[in-house]
Amino acid sequence: MNIVAFSGALELGFLYGLVALGVYLSFRVLDFPDLTVDGSFPLGAAVVAALIVKGIPPLIATGLAAGAGAIAGLCTATLNVKFKILNLLASILTMIALYSINLRIMGRPNLPLLNQPTLFQPINDLLKSWPEPIPTFGNTLILAIIALSTKLIFDWFLQSEIGLAMRATGANPAMARAQGISTSAMVMLGMAIANSLAAFAGALFAQLNGGADVSMGIGTIIFGLAAVIGGETVFNRLSIVQATIGAIVGSILYRIVIAIALQADVLEIQSQDLNLVTAVLVAIALVLPNKLRIKN
Amino acid sequence: MISLDGIQVTFNSRTALETRALNNLSLMIPEGQFVTVIGSNGAGKSTLLNVLSGEIRSDFGTVKIGDLDVTSWDAARRAKLVARVFQNPLMGSCADLTIEENLALAAKRGRARMLKPALDASFRSYCQTQLASLGLGLETRLGDRMGLLSGGQRQAVSLLMATLAPNQMLLLDEHTAALDPKTADYVMGLTDRMVRDRNLTTLMVTHSMKQALIWGDRTIMLHEGQIIFDLSGEARSKLTVADLLQQFEQLQGNQVSDDALLLG
Repeated sequence: MNIVAFSGALELGFLYGLVALGVYLSFRVLDFPDLTVDGSFPLGAAVVAALIVKGIPPLIATGLAAGAGAIAGLCTATLNVKFKILNLLASILTMIALYSINLRIMGRPNLPLLNQPTLFQPINDLLKSWPEPIPTFGNTLILAIIALSTKLIFDWFLQSEIGLAMRATGANPAMARAQGISTSAMVMLGMAIANSLAAFAGALFAQLNGGADVSMGIGTIIFGLAAVIGGETVFNRLSIVQATIGAIVGSILYRIVIAIALQADVLEIQSQDLNLVTAVLVAIALVLPNKLRIKN
Repeated sequence: MISLDGIQVTFNSRTALETRALNNLSLMIPEGQFVTVIGSNGAGKSTLLNVLSGEIRSDFGTVKIGDLDVTSWDAARRAKLVARVFQNPLMGSCADLTIEENLALAAKRGRARMLKPALDASFRSYCQTQLASLGLGLETRLGDRMGLLSGGQRQAVSLLMATLAPNQMLLLDEHTAALDPKTADYVMGLTDRMVRDRNLTTLMVTHSMKQALIWGDRTIMLHEGQIIFDLSGEARSKLTVADLLQQFEQLQGNQVSDDALLLG
């Protein structure tokens, strides 16, 4: 693997690490299988692209994109806790609705951000004069700082009184209610955070790759899940600090594996096989731990 | 003072399966009283408990705790006043959280939760003294997962959790039923000690007539959603399980067929 492919894999690894943190919150902490992220990731991209094109500063546009994701998460949570729609189905409904909403926001299927200001651009300009390989890894560096600081905030939150209440909500709702915890409020808050992270990642992705595309969200949930499960095989999933670093490391490992697979000509894997390869990898990662446990 | 007035609960209303779980039930429990509740399966014991905890809303009637009318409060809101220990040891705590995290959840029962860290050094040392009072050696295992404890240990910790934050009523839902006899005795002894030490108003549902008579100050028996039997003081202390059984058969006018009730 050459250095450009490697830095690219790291970039995507850290970026989807943000999605993985969100997926960890919904899937693991709240026990809520949430497919909304397939819609909130492109939602973040669409919002940021539409706003930047209109001349809004990238930082504000990115913040608003994350806010849009939070609203998407609230929609799914409301369908589930207020209207008692099955959690998985509630999230699929929001995801489908977001497809149309994203088209509306962009006004067309894709919106390029060529020659537009982005969050990355001023920092990359600053790093230009530095010796190699720092400029090549400029975006990686920015994304690493964003992902790791998000992880630290995440750890602090999950160990706070509210975070503990949220973990109890997912682990044992009846017990949580008996302790005076409003489980519906916790699901709403958790889903808002999870999807704002996905939309935040989508907004960064659009600025990194020069635009938003309505189909860019396909498989987001699986990338996130692959990272969470991958991280769990390396780290202890019951410790918050280890589980969150596991999600980010899992995301990076996944991207590196994919990059290697795409470059290994003998396997004849091409970029169109990406989703198939991912599905197979996730299926193996889901089955393998159970098989090993039975043997022991 | 806890008072239930004219409580009626109907399940599967207006269907062929309609059952009246509680039928115009009224009950007053003075502060500090320890009431044991007995009755056969389907008599309405669990429903009574759930009406008090707020998990089930009654169709008619009012629920008062102290001076507060809590009839319309849900379980989460009532948690400020009501603590509960479940029958299943797995229900009362979170297996994947540590012992100290479970205690931290319970210490904040019914109060506002903030963004400050749930655990700190002073809370940990408080946990240690509280756990040491159980006499199970758990004070050295604060960071262990709750799921690693035995059923009896988990019930003991659940009891402790129920008493960490102030409450006006303790609900015990057959909390020793899933334990072996020796552990059940230990947990019952611990329950009694905690209830007496803290002067807790307590309602304990049990399947065992023996337990219902030995512990507490007052015994009520439910049948078809009504209180058919309410004893306290001297009349109660003279009563044996055999007497109780006889009374039960007389009042019901038929043979007791519930093994659990006979053998308990």
